[in-house]
Amino acid sequence: MADGTISSVLKKSGKEIQAAWTRELASALPSGKGRISAIELDQQTTEFLKLLTDVSEHAKGSDIATGDFKSLREFLEGVSRSRALQGFTSDETATFIFSFKRPLFEQLRIAAGKDADTLANQTWQATALLDSLGLHTVKSFQKTREEVINRQQREMLELSTPVVKLWDGILALPMIGTLDSARTQVVMESLLQKVVDTGAQIAILDITGVPTVDTLVAQHLLKTVTALRLMGAECIISGVRPQIAQTIVHLGVDLQGVTTKANLADALALALKRTGQTLKN
Amino acid sequence: MGEFLLVTIQVDMHDQLALKLQDDLSNAVQKNASRGVLIDISTLEMVDSFIGRMVADISGMSRILGAETVLVGMQPAVAITLVELGLALPGVSTALNVERGMALLRRKIDGVDADGIN
Repeated sequence: MADGTISSVLKKSGKEIQAAWTRELASALPSGKGRISAIELDQQTTEFLKLLTDVSEHAKGSDIATGDFKSLREFLEGVSRSRALQGFTSDETATFIFSFKRPLFEQLRIAAGKDADTLANQTWQATALLDSLGLHTVKSFQKTREEVINRQQREMLELSTPVVKLWDGILALPMIGTLDSARTQVVMESLLQKVVDTGAQIAILDITGVPTVDTLVAQHLLKTVTALRLMGAECIISGVRPQIAQTIVHLGVDLQGVTTKANLADALALALKRTGQTLKN
Repeated sequence: MGEFLLVTIQVDMHDQLALKLQDDLSNAVQKNASRGVLIDISTLEMVDSFIGRMVADISGMSRILGAETVLVGMQPAVAITLVELGLALPGVSTALNVERGMALLRRKIDGVDADGIN
């Protein structure tokens, strides 16, 4: 009986399984070539086999959430994290585990010989175990990807809202990209804070980099303008492209009471005039 | 301060206090024949719709009594809250700090004088 179990098979023919597994991986991931070195792959397969052998010897049951599987889980998390960062797709990452099935089953069949009961039993156990390990890998892969996306979003938010001092008492905020509620909130807060810090009288919102203006975006802009007015600063919107002007009028958005200019230069000229400053040639 | 009244709100406003302020202020404008009212809310950190409306009301009352009102020193958070509440306070003049508010008030009153209304 002991002959046919997963652990004994792993122990006995670990080398053969690893060799077959590496072949499987190589054929499954032709595009993976170059992204992950053969040495690294070899290390990963060796480590996985070692951990799996340990675990299958000691672990009771095949519930991978238990403490017995902790080291194996952590190893897989590490593997999928590194793969996610290397730009692998989720199925390529999952293949790492699933391609292990065939070599293992082959060895299980050899070990079980003619004992069909043992073979079916062990194959089922191995499938259950590897499936849950594979799912865990995909799950942690997904998690890593989400972390990357979240981080990039945060960075984008910070990158895209610089408030610059243009002149004495004049601030400019060049907005790039689509405006949504979250971004407008950040823009508004940083702009208002800057107005308090610098004591600026006029803020210029430059929307040259905003691709489209719909009613929602217009509403966000109006909110910012109103908040600025409440703080005692004036606001000029600049960089309104002809298409945007057309859209705004067609949408029936009321921009009365908001000063708008076609470009930043005009806005700056107006701001200088309002603050009583002049430029000499 | 001469022909101006300066009101500094330093505690969190509750409704009763706001009503009392409204009352006192309109009486003071009448008594001193003030030409301008400065409301400094730079220490006010929280507002609700009631306070927002009260500020607009004070402004309206003062105007009827012949005084201009300027709201000064609003905090960014307060401004955002008011905008989100839909209170844009139309007709209320604002300035960044007391100094600017005073200058604005002076300009307004001089402007009115120059127009020959008073």
